[in-house]
Amino acid sequence: MIQSLFLINCSGDIFLEKHWKSVVSQSVCDYFFEAQEKAADVENVPPVISTPHHYLISIYQDKLFFVSVIQTEVPPLFVIEFLHRVADTFQDYFGECSEAAIKDNVVIVYELLEEMLDNGFPLATESNILKELIKPPTILRSVVSSITGSSNVGDTLPTGQLSNIPGHQVGIEYTNNEAYFDVVEEIDAILGKSGSTVFAEIQGVIDACIKLSGMPNLSLSFMNPRLLDDVSFHPCIRFKCWESERVLSFIPPDGNFRLISYRVSSQNLVAIPAYVKHSISFKENSSSKYGKTIEGITVTVHMPKVVPNMNLTPTQGSYTFDPVTKVLTWDVGKITPQKLPSLKGLVNLQSGAPKPEENPSLNIQFKIQQLAISGLKVNRLDMYGEKYKPFKGVKYVTKAGKFQVRT
Amino acid sequence: MSSNSFAYTEQSGGGETAELGQEATSTISPSGAFGLFSSDLKKNEDLKQMLESNKDSAKLDAMKRIVGMIAKGKNASELFPAVVKNVASKNIEIKKLVYVYLVRYAEEQQDLALLSISTFQRALKDPNQLIRASALRVLSSIRVPIIVPIMMLAIKEASADLSPYVRKNAAHAIQKLYSLDPEQKEMLIEVIEKLLKDKSTLVAGSVVMAFEEVCPDRIDLIHKNYRKLCNLLVDVEEWGQVVIIHMLTRYARTQFVSPWKEDDGLEDNEKNFYESDDELKEKTEDRKKPYSMDPDHRLLIRNTKPLLQSRNAAVVMAVAQLYWHISPKSEAGIISKSLVRLLRSNREVQYIVLQNIATMSIQRKGMFEPYLKSFYVRSTDPTMIKTLKLEILTNLANEANISTLLREFQTYVKSQDKQFAAATIQTIGRCATNISEVTDTCLNGLVCLLSNRDEIVVAESVVVIKKLLQMQPVQHGEIIKHMAKLLDSITVPVARASILWLIGENCERVPKIAPDVLRKMAKSFTSEDDLVKLQILNLGAKLYLTNSKQTKLLTQYILNLGKYDQNYDIRDRTRFIRQLIVPNEKSGALSKYAKKIFLAQKPAPLLESPFKDRDHFQLGTLSHTLNIKASGYLELSNWPEVAPDPSVRNVEVIELAKEWTPTGKAKKENPAKKFYSESEEEEESSDSSSSDSEGGGSEEEEDSSEDSSEGSSSEEESESGDESEAENKRMATRNSKNKGKSDTEDGKKKNEKSKTSGSSDADSSSIESSSDSESESESEYESRKTTKEIGKQTKQDRNLLTKDVSLLDLDDFNPISTPVVLPTPALSPSLIADLEGLNLSTSSSVISVGTPVFVPGKTHVLLHRMSGKGLAANYFFPRQPCIFGDKMVSVQITLNNTSDRKIENIHIGEKKLPVGMQMHVFHPIDSLEPEGSITVSMGIDFCDSTQTASFQLCTKDDCFNVTIQPPIGELLLPVTMSEKDFKKEQGMLTGMNETSAVIIAAPQNFTPSMVLQKVVNVANVGVVPSGQDNIHRFAAKTVHSGSLMLVTVELKEGSTAQLIINTEKTVIGSVLLRELKPVLSQG
Repeated sequence: MIQSLFLINCSGDIFLEKHWKSVVSQSVCDYFFEAQEKAADVENVPPVISTPHHYLISIYQDKLFFVSVIQTEVPPLFVIEFLHRVADTFQDYFGECSEAAIKDNVVIVYELLEEMLDNGFPLATESNILKELIKPPTILRSVVSSITGSSNVGDTLPTGQLSNIPGHQVGIEYTNNEAYFDVVEEIDAILGKSGSTVFAEIQGVIDACIKLSGMPNLSLSFMNPRLLDDVSFHPCIRFKCWESERVLSFIPPDGNFRLISYRVSSQNLVAIPAYVKHSISFKENSSSKYGKTIEGITVTVHMPKVVPNMNLTPTQGSYTFDPVTKVLTWDVGKITPQKLPSLKGLVNLQSGAPKPEENPSLNIQFKIQQLAISGLKVNRLDMYGEKYKPFKGVKYVTKAGKFQVRT
Repeated sequence: MSSNSFAYTEQSGGGETAELGQEATSTISPSGAFGLFSSDLKKNEDLKQMLESNKDSAKLDAMKRIVGMIAKGKNASELFPAVVKNVASKNIEIKKLVYVYLVRYAEEQQDLALLSISTFQRALKDPNQLIRASALRVLSSIRVPIIVPIMMLAIKEASADLSPYVRKNAAHAIQKLYSLDPEQKEMLIEVIEKLLKDKSTLVAGSVVMAFEEVCPDRIDLIHKNYRKLCNLLVDVEEWGQVVIIHMLTRYARTQFVSPWKEDDGLEDNEKNFYESDDELKEKTEDRKKPYSMDPDHRLLIRNTKPLLQSRNAAVVMAVAQLYWHISPKSEAGIISKSLVRLLRSNREVQYIVLQNIATMSIQRKGMFEPYLKSFYVRSTDPTMIKTLKLEILTNLANEANISTLLREFQTYVKSQDKQFAAATIQTIGRCATNISEVTDTCLNGLVCLLSNRDEIVVAESVVVIKKLLQMQPVQHGEIIKHMAKLLDSITVPVARASILWLIGENCERVPKIAPDVLRKMAKSFTSEDDLVKLQILNLGAKLYLTNSKQTKLLTQYILNLGKYDQNYDIRDRTRFIRQLIVPNEKSGALSKYAKKIFLAQKPAPLLESPFKDRDHFQLGTLSHTLNIKASGYLELSNWPEVAPDPSVRNVEVIELAKEWTPTGKAKKENPAKKFYSESEEEEESSDSSSSDSEGGGSEEEEDSSEDSSEGSSSEEESESGDESEAENKRMATRNSKNKGKSDTEDGKKKNEKSKTSGSSDADSSSIESSSDSESESESEYESRKTTKEIGKQTKQDRNLLTKDVSLLDLDDFNPISTPVVLPTPALSPSLIADLEGLNLSTSSSVISVGTPVFVPGKTHVLLHRMSGKGLAANYFFPRQPCIFGDKMVSVQITLNNTSDRKIENIHIGEKKLPVGMQMHVFHPIDSLEPEGSITVSMGIDFCDSTQTASFQLCTKDDCFNVTIQPPIGELLLPVTMSEKDFKKEQGMLTGMNETSAVIIAAPQNFTPSMVLQKVVNVANVGVVPSGQDNIHRFAAKTVHSGSLMLVTVELKEGSTAQLIINTEKTVIGSVLLRELKPVLSQG
């Protein structure tokens, strides 16, 4: 399947290569560079490229290209999904997935890649299993190992590798037994010119952070499980329980993981919490309804290329304009219904350039704490199989996802 | 850390050298910069020294630096001898890094690599499974042909290893060895065959991968493992799932007959892409035969369904393509939701998924139509995503949604991304041709775009308008005139050429403009693009033929210019045209027809989706994405006309059981298969022949009693798609059922089937006997389900036998139904009479108990398995008249054993009931096998109150306190009455007996079906036919006292409605009102 992997940075340097079968020369990446050049924008580099002898499947994440070399037919999503898993693992291990981090930890990266793929076929991709095999770098450990020469490589097979319960370690004892859940909902919306909702839906995830000793069996139930329209599960969740009882029953892996992600699509459920009036005034329509303040509001506008600079005065917050990327960012902050923030001023055009016909569309970011906008509520979390009482907590956040206002 | 960063700085130095000359070969280095080379050499020297030191930390350091070099793509092969010595290091990290090095360079240094082999051979015997596995991994990754025999031996041994992890690695090693030495194929296939039998979920994915790589054509190896793979699938790790699903898709296409009925094809209005024409014909020929799905086919479809919920996009896509390629078309719809979910993912996933949706949406619009808005374009999407979305929107466009879409397209046309705007215009053109209603609207819209300021937009519009006009022979003189004017301003060659062509085609319709255009073009001919020049020549020729008086000279002039053009295409064309149109002596017969040649009616261009030709590739594959056949692509075969022998999938069974397993015999007898599976069918025939007294009727009886015993028939009925799922269950049940039956009726019947193991020891409990006979044969297939069903069935039988003699009588007497069965509308009158006799002692004459309109499948937890030490109990209200007493509410309890040991003597212990409440307990259950499940019926007289019934559910060892609290709606029995009677009764129940409330809700919640559905969902009431559209009436009586309960929902103006409840039992009435109110008002 996956024959080789090349990591390429933004300026086109191949800074890491790994081969699982025979060595493939770096020159294969020339085809990729060619495609990159043609695409102009990094976002537009086609993920699948055909070359005379190989196929290149690439992803772009964190300003890095992960380019894999394939020789025979394989489902492209298989490779894409795997590459993202690799990037996520790096992120998990080093705190960031950047060229510097990877270069600094090149040995761990190599060890990881060696464990993740065997002969091009994924072997261990669960982060917890990997962490048992190869310990993530910490300052303390690197000091200790440089003195004693002790290794950061586990010498026994992780138990999770053998069981159907992905990634739960037996026999770990925590002093604080904790189970925290973050319900994060994002509103994806397109608002039309007139302020009407063209399209809106809610995408939610429940991220869990679980540190529980022993072999706990958790079951999480909701007040209103029927809200969840389409759900995808972490493999630890027993699908049958959900089917029959609408309860999430699982033996959790240790640490952070995404328990479920879901979609709430029925139109009338989505009440848009913020409106922008043609980049002129900004008003919040439903603060009374939710009783929460919307905060962290940012408006981003991709200005047309003919705009060299601008001079604006916001009534609230501050704005920046990047003349290279032509992105205007207005950091509004909180909204109070009494005083609606606005941004006014002059936008200069290049002399001689025609007036752009279309107003650029606005992208909006915001955050509402302690609210899941779909109305989803966790009812209770029960733990079975262990005696102690864990700390439990659920946090709700609503954010703007791909929230766009057409003007 | 420190050592790492140290290594890094050195690498960057190394990087420079690599740039200068790929393999730094030291020697000549005069300049200062080349000092790096020497230091590089030196570095390698001290690396060697470090590796030879006896301190592990130094060795580790050295190895880390070497790995850094490898990662950078730098050559470190000269260190091979020094590194390979450390292969036997005790330090596991050093060892691992040496492995990394070995795998990288062994191919280049084959002789030296052999030094390490003995270490691996030793490690293969290590007690630690991780070490065994990694030794095998490295050994098989060393691409040295000499060690092929050693590898072969190691793989064989590892494939029999106790650790599944090692076996998994063995499966990976198979592929490596195969790519190294294809000669070993036969031996490797043997290993694959062995590993395919492996029951570990860990191995399954890897071995199927090996199978796909080594011998994808050996489909015969799969037969025996097919059912096992289907059943294991959910538990296999996600990567394995993808591979297995793809393999099984291919398998299913060779082994089963097509589930696509002809009417499906009609619905599509398009011929299936997977079939060539003649095949279609064949299909129509044998259309007459009723289709029945192979149970194995169904098994695959059913077992993959939960995976649509996977977090892994590749798994979801794999299931989606499986449904697309092998499921009946009516069922494929469920994949769209999951695919749309994937669109939230990153751009790469979006790209692939959108491509696949684009292909699907061409063939089956309906699937994605509900998600139309999910494909709306955001300005921040990358262009490639935008174009794909646009493509899908075009495919989904139809008469109903086109106006919305056009409005959406208007926004896109104004996009700053001009490439995208141009693509949108193309799209509008395609919509205009596909949907004739909007052609004019689109045309007008496009004409408006002609005055757009952006040239690309204008040019694209011109091209599209040209195509549209070509399709419509109607006169569009105005548009052409407008476009002629554009010629002065527009510069894009394609657009200019399009305009010229249009004018040429319609030159007779615009007689005044055309010659003038030609004049202008003659002036600018030399500076035009080649494309435009050709069209000028064409225009000239056409005008010459129609209007030679005005244009003769102009054309001559243009032809002369063309004659000396630099481009030989243009020179050729000029020569050709001159010969055709200008009459001279030499010109032959052709010039007579010149007009016909030039001004012939031209066929309109077909605006087609670029995804039209992709569908012959399997969805989700690389080949589909690239639209080229990728190497190693395995063609998806067409459905066979006649299914190959399905018995090949049977796993060897013991002789006794063979009687009822599907065999070829059934097939021969019934070439046209019925809906039920073959095994069943065979049984049916033997069944009916054996049961002398009951004849054909017994069959139906069994069916219906099964339904009732499962207590979930309503679910099955409501989801028609699940029919065949039920069928599968049934098949499993039937096996057990015969045994159950022989238990109960062994006195009466002399079953020929008493050969089956079950009845041979008919005295033992049927659970045991069934596990005897089936554990090997069917356990992999349906073990869980079977035991569950058996459990239910036996209980049912036992109930019948021991509980109530009259029940058994009724059972025998009435061929259709046992008393607890759902009275379907087709109930025989005698049974209704029976039921009335049972229940209606207190009711007045106007009311008669009706059938429940709707039975909610909702179950309530009685005992959670966690608190029940493995025993789980759920209860649900079947809404049936209770068989134990007419004042009781029937409750069905399903007991599940989720522990791993048998639970014995399940019974009801102490009851703590409020005064007046009564309860009819179920008969104690002797034992419940692990994974087993039993459904029992109870009757509870709640005295028309919602007080809880508390009692103890006891097993041999424990007692658990449980409670049942009935929802108010379950304390009712539906009654049927006429509208007149209803009004009469209502008239008597006014004043104190009437409660009412006003509800406000959105109008769409007040459609008759919604109201009906909501009310019957909450309460077990009967529907009273109503003469008025805006009034809905429901009637019921309380179970205990038989008091009437009349519910009226009267819809008012606006979005309000009046809810009225009339009853003597005012308390219940008001509670019901309280329950109904929120249900009706919520969306």
